[in-house]
Amino acid sequence: MTMENIYDRAITLGEYVPEPDDDRIICRCEEITKGEIRRAVHDGMYTITEIRRYLRTGMGLCQGQTCAKLVKSIVARELEVSPAVLEPATSRSPMRPIEMKIFAQEAKEVGDNV
Amino acid sequence: MYNTADVIIVGSGVIGCAAAYYLAKKGVSVIVLDKDDSIGNGGSSRNGGGVRQSGRDPRELPLAMYGVEHMWPTLSEELGIDVEYHKKGNLRLGKTEKHKEILQGLTDRAVACGLDVRMIDGNEVREINPYLSEEVTCASWCATDGHANPLLTTLGYYKNARALGVRFITGEEVVELQKIKGKLKRVVTKKNVYEGEKVIVAAGYESRSIIQSVGIDVPMRAELIEALVTEAEPKMFEQMLGTADADFYGHQTDHGSFVFGGASGLESTAKDNGKMITASITAPCICRGIMKYIPKLADAKIVRTWAGYEDICIDGIPVISEVEEVPGLILACAFTGHGFGISPVVGKLLSQMATGEETMLDIKEFRYDRFHANI
Ligand SMILES: Cc1cc2nc3c(=O)[nH]c(=O)nc-3n(C[C@H](O)[C@H](O)[C@H](O)COP(=O)(O)OP(=O)(O)OC[C@H]3O[C@@H](n4cnc5c(N)ncnc54)[C@H](O)[C@@H]3O)c2cc1C
Repeated sequence: MTMENIYDRAITLGEYVPEPDDDRIICRCEEITKGEIRRAVHDGMYTITEIRRYLRTGMGLCQGQTCAKLVKSIVARELEVSPAVLEPATSRSPMRPIEMKIFAQEAKEVGDNV
Repeated sequence: MYNTADVIIVGSGVIGCAAAYYLAKKGVSVIVLDKDDSIGNGGSSRNGGGVRQSGRDPRELPLAMYGVEHMWPTLSEELGIDVEYHKKGNLRLGKTEKHKEILQGLTDRAVACGLDVRMIDGNEVREINPYLSEEVTCASWCATDGHANPLLTTLGYYKNARALGVRFITGEEVVELQKIKGKLKRVVTKKNVYEGEKVIVAAGYESRSIIQSVGIDVPMRAELIEALVTEAEPKMFEQMLGTADADFYGHQTDHGSFVFGGASGLESTAKDNGKMITASITAPCICRGIMKYIPKLADAKIVRTWAGYEDICIDGIPVISEVEEVPGLILACAFTGHGFGISPVVGKLLSQMATGEETMLDIKEFRYDRFHANI
């Protein structure tokens, strides 16, 4: 089976076949394995956004900077689509983790310090 | 490819997915259409996870209470996925006399409806949650409120509905509904036409433009609100928190991170161009609110912020209703920022409405024709 797009979720992917390296950690921040990602696809999670919300891949401290590409290739292979079909998950502000007390300073005027 | 089902659902948010699941359990054939690429990418995957009864409109309270008593406690088991539901109470916090008045009013109305909620003083507040600042002088306390994980709840309903044979199609933007011989039958998307005996429209604010095609309107507006999440912190507290002034609300998740939501107050004029994007002023404003109540969180790192729309009804409660002029149409929209907590109940009610069964709760307060001009 090949798919041009991933819109129709009723298409069955066939049996989940375990692979020898299924317990390899892919997302290190949240400790998610290759097997968990492959299984999520069989549970119906076809987009990177859904995988992320279902498993927390790329939701840790590095926000997916390390594993995004790997996750995408695993999902694409499982769906038998080109990785180009899969949109990356949205990058979100702030660029790097930032303490609440620093983030909160945004409204401080120069005058506050005088 | 078949394009017909007993029921067509527009919108794969938690409401659409829950309805699909309960319908599939009854053996009804269902197609769910969503314009987005991803399932549940609207408010359902962006909300604060509150499963609350306190603070709810007395007309909506019976739904919230039914969910807490009969559905949330067993939902993880039902869906075979941990939706992280915790029933550890909600503190709505106050610091001033004015706050106290607001909280007392909410409390009195809820008690009159049979909800166990009461006013407590600052000391009792800190006995329940020792991390709260000395400035907190009062709170309303509802011990049976709680929170759950909205991402896993939405996708959990989706996964189970799909496994039961529901056909979900994303990237399908519904543009029009069409009647045939006086009965609603067709759902037209930008690419295809679908046919069903019943059509449930659960497309959030955008339900409005869809149902306009059959001459129906719901008086609601879209309002952007924002949320943020911290890195994982050691376990601090299990309650859901909110404030009398609604500066922020939130809870600590099983993962350890804190999810907080709030607004800057300038949202109604925001230049978002209809996109769910965050404004640079909002998350810092939420942070200032949080630190005033929970000083210890000043060092917690924010890792992500996001925005979502609430579909705010003119009278503050949803429309969950059949439509006499358009037989076959069922509305489920205008959830006014509290649709997640009641989603299991609403999903089940919709499955009963779509199959012509008597609903387990009275839903006449949620009728589509309850809105009238002043004079
Ligand atoms: C930041 C935030 C915090 C919140 N906090 C809470 C909380 O703590 N507790 C609580 O109970 N509630 C909360 N809410 C509200 C709650 O998220 C919503 O009431 C609930 O998710 C509504 O679910 P829904 O399925 O009706 O809508 P949505 O999840 O918005 O789903 C509507 C779906 O319809 C689709 N759609 C739209 N137009 C079309 C079209 N033309 N064709 C096809 N599909 C279409 C959309 O893509 C979307 O997937 C919050 C909301 C936000 C935004």
